[in-house]
Amino acid sequence: MFTDFFYTLKEKKVPVSITEWMALMEALSKGYISNLNDFYYLARAILVKSEAYYDQYDVAFQEYFKGIEAPPEIAEQILSWLRDPINKMLLSDEERALLDSMALDELLEELEKRLKEQTEQHDGGDYWIGRGGTSPFGHSGEHPGGIRMGGSGGGGSAMQIAEQRQFRNYRSDLTLDVRQIEVALKGLRRLDHTGPEDQLDLDKTIDATCRNAGELEFIWTRDRKNAVKLLLLMDAGGSMEPFAHLCSLLFSAAHSSTHFKDFQYYYFHNCVYDALYKDIERRDGVGTDHILRTLEPDYKVILVGDAWMATSELIDMYGAIYYYERNHKAGIVRLKQIAEHFTHCVWLNPEPPRYWNHPTVLTIGKVLPMFELTLDGLHQAIKKLIVKR
Amino acid sequence: MNKDGFDQFKGSQDYVTSEALRNAVNVAIALGRPLLVRGEPGTGKTLLAHSIARDLNKKLIVWNIKSTTKAQEGLYVYDTVQRLNDSRFGDKDVSDIKQYIKLGKLGQAFAAEEKVVLLIDEVDKADLEFPNDLLNELDEMSFYIPETYETINAVQRPIVVITSNAEKELPDAFLRRCIFHYIEFPDPSLMEEIVNVHFPKIKNNLLHEALTAFYSLRRIDNLRKKPSTSELIDWIQVLIASATPHEDISRQVPFAGTLLKKETDYDYFVNTYMKKRQASSAAANTSGPPQ
Repeated sequence: MFTDFFYTLKEKKVPVSITEWMALMEALSKGYISNLNDFYYLARAILVKSEAYYDQYDVAFQEYFKGIEAPPEIAEQILSWLRDPINKMLLSDEERALLDSMALDELLEELEKRLKEQTEQHDGGDYWIGRGGTSPFGHSGEHPGGIRMGGSGGGGSAMQIAEQRQFRNYRSDLTLDVRQIEVALKGLRRLDHTGPEDQLDLDKTIDATCRNAGELEFIWTRDRKNAVKLLLLMDAGGSMEPFAHLCSLLFSAAHSSTHFKDFQYYYFHNCVYDALYKDIERRDGVGTDHILRTLEPDYKVILVGDAWMATSELIDMYGAIYYYERNHKAGIVRLKQIAEHFTHCVWLNPEPPRYWNHPTVLTIGKVLPMFELTLDGLHQAIKKLIVKR
Repeated sequence: MNKDGFDQFKGSQDYVTSEALRNAVNVAIALGRPLLVRGEPGTGKTLLAHSIARDLNKKLIVWNIKSTTKAQEGLYVYDTVQRLNDSRFGDKDVSDIKQYIKLGKLGQAFAAEEKVVLLIDEVDKADLEFPNDLLNELDEMSFYIPETYETINAVQRPIVVITSNAEKELPDAFLRRCIFHYIEFPDPSLMEEIVNVHFPKIKNNLLHEALTAFYSLRRIDNLRKKPSTSELIDWIQVLIASATPHEDISRQVPFAGTLLKKETDYDYFVNTYMKKRQASSAAANTSGPPQ
């Protein structure tokens, strides 16, 4: 039953397993389901294990169950909305003209089309039926839910809830906040038992002594500490301006993470040259050579930047954007030095990958593994940083 | 949902739930699987278990997880110190190990004669391995005590509610065995209901003004920690106690310290956000109060 739905979910990248599918079948066989609405919640509760996948689930649900829901209900909604004089008053003349000129069938068709568009444009941003200022299907602000297709709150039918796609913002490929970054950075740890066995394990000692009928028996252990050291290099150049907030989030997350053995950070403009800077204004400089000499190769290095610059800035001697920098080694040479000195380096790019088709981005991507600065990208980057070589 | 043989959880009087949450709870009860609840802090994850227990009239056992909690502690603890003490000074029969086995919270839930609600609170606080160590026990609802050659079987499968703040990722194998629900941040109309439960006599205009201010505060992107439900409840309590006139609430946002707990957030709010608003309201003074 519904086996294709399982594959639709897989196709939409919802991680579902056979175990969960069997659990759903068990629940279905017990007959707890009386309508599609129940099924929507039941299947979601059993199959989806993170709010990050709720949106993909909605999309898959919409696709699979399309046309099963009786359409008159929707038509009714729209009709009553059209009849509602209050709403009509809020529309501009042009919009009203558009609505009037559209037969109901057309309107529904148009709506259908919009819905389809929405499922296909994941990264479309604010474009949302009922909220977009230009959509004939609602008005933001004036009418809180737009055409909230199916009553208020939990009363809506499953298809309509799926269509609302209210979990879009929870998608892990979109959102980032300090906490999420902190959680992601926690993955960056390698617990080592270090030092001599000089810590008295009190609990185990007491236990062992008592089992020993009171004969003292000491249990010693080694200290367990995170051995990971982190070096964060951030581009503070002009083209990074739009991402300043995002970068500050990453920085404060890394800074407040107490679990690193050592954490160092430097800034650069566009590309790394002869010096790195302790401050964004680039007054307090430290020689790149000095850093390479003093930091051990086992530092995990995260570079953050858009990697987008004039080709000369990357590959030419004296190519630095500031003429007075007079770099004796080209930026790319410096980046190669970093990649060779440190065993684990990644580059995080706040620009989405569709903009990566630029000579400097591609060149840097060949030297340093590049990931997008989203939650997913960060997780992948951290996996890359933690693997043994 | 079909009602036959099905513990129907409807939400108790002082806990407002959504349909999705009720369904998830009922599915978890019907399938006898643990319910994993996630959501922003202050959305009532912990209270859910209390509400289930009250609504279904079951006993609640709470197991609070700390960073040092070991899975073993939830099952049983072998009190070797007491036994040693008894062997030297006591008059008990120390060869009977059974009396030194103390069941943990999970063990108690299994051993209970009646169905109980077990709350495993903030499971992600513990070590990464913690959930994995409990896999089998939660699956089979039984465990073995080697000291006494005893197997503890669940008399009645308890209703297990697990809460998580997503501080650590939970292992996949653990997730596969759970029913999952994410408690969304309530929308204004649901929030109105929730506030009404806490303050049944609240005046409408006060509630309305407070909610407007609250949601506009939550819309500020630059906040490190957005105010949550429990902070709103506190704030409204302060507003009522101080008898603040309702027309001042959304304009001045008094006692903002109750809502914003981080210093940087508070600074931002006072020095940037409010000033901007005052400037824009001064400009729009002729066209009515600011939105």
